[in-house]
Amino acid sequence: MQFLNGITLLLVYQLVGEITVRLFGLPIPGPVLGMVLLFLTLVIRKRSGGALDTAANGLLSHLSLLFVPAGVGMMVYFSRILDEWLPIALSLVLGTAITMIVTAGAMLATQRLLARRPRRDG
Amino acid sequence: MVETDLTKIWVYLSASPLLGLTVTLVAYLAAHRIYMLAHQNPLLNPVITAILMLIAFLKLTGTSYEDYFEGGQFVHFLLGPATVALAVPLYQQFSRLRAVLVPVVVALLIGVVVGALSSITIAWLFGASPETQLSLAPKSVTAPVAMGISEQIGGIPSLTAVLVVVTGILGALMGTRLFALLRIRDDRVKGIAMGVAAHGIGTARAFHVSPEMGAFSGLAMALSAFATSALLPGLVDFLRAIYGGWL
Repeated sequence: MQFLNGITLLLVYQLVGEITVRLFGLPIPGPVLGMVLLFLTLVIRKRSGGALDTAANGLLSHLSLLFVPAGVGMMVYFSRILDEWLPIALSLVLGTAITMIVTAGAMLATQRLLARRPRRDG
Repeated sequence: MVETDLTKIWVYLSASPLLGLTVTLVAYLAAHRIYMLAHQNPLLNPVITAILMLIAFLKLTGTSYEDYFEGGQFVHFLLGPATVALAVPLYQQFSRLRAVLVPVVVALLIGVVVGALSSITIAWLFGASPETQLSLAPKSVTAPVAMGISEQIGGIPSLTAVLVVVTGILGALMGTRLFALLRIRDDRVKGIAMGVAAHGIGTARAFHVSPEMGAFSGLAMALSAFATSALLPGLVDFLRAIYGGWL
């Protein structure tokens, strides 16, 4: 029952997200809005329930499995990937490395900036 | 006699979603076993092993991707509720997030914009078609969200799904090495960078390093899914306005 209650709650939030996005033509995917709404609910309730935790942990601990069917779709785009392998490979490898370095750098720089400011004031 | 029986069974199986669903789970469990036996060597990430095994199986049996997906869609569907479920770790880490809220938000916004711009620009520089460039743009976001964004900006959603998976595996492979090279020791910073660049697959890797890195990676993945879906359509319109023809 725990898992069923939890998964139903997740589906209800996803459904509300999907409907709201379509109703108002919002530029974000339905599940993302569902996630935001669930997060806000948890913040307001100040706790997450046992059933919800069970379902969420169950789904998230097998997150890698969920990517498999989409990844198998690679076989459909084999010729496009072969034709454009160089730009795709470079964009994937360099783009991912750049994203990581820039994100980490921005976070470290902001932390240092914030740590320095009180000292200057004081 | 036996052969015709087998043919009949195959005709039944190839028309039912049961086979696609079962081989997905079997391939994943086998891939996971291999990964564990190899002491979690990131090169043997279970996602890529399972995908390669399934492609080999489909090619050998002459099954089309559409027929396979009849069964695969049941697993694929769970990406939606899994995205919603990200609210739970996000909420559980909320108090730890508050302490570094400003640096996280700044890093996230810069990371998301630079990430999308760099992927589009590199692909463009080396001659990728506009659809491929746009399919690459949301590659660092978790698959269900990335597919939605790709469709919206004019990419190919299923190509994006594949690129997202490969990005995640690359991020999981490169991440810890890159952080060691750059002498980044703070698990919170490593987690945020991992989550922004390599979504769920990177997050799964981050949890192997430390629970703190995993939690911050999951957090970054959830927040960047939101930031990217809010920012990327506008960013692409902006690029179209400046450069005109090439997107």
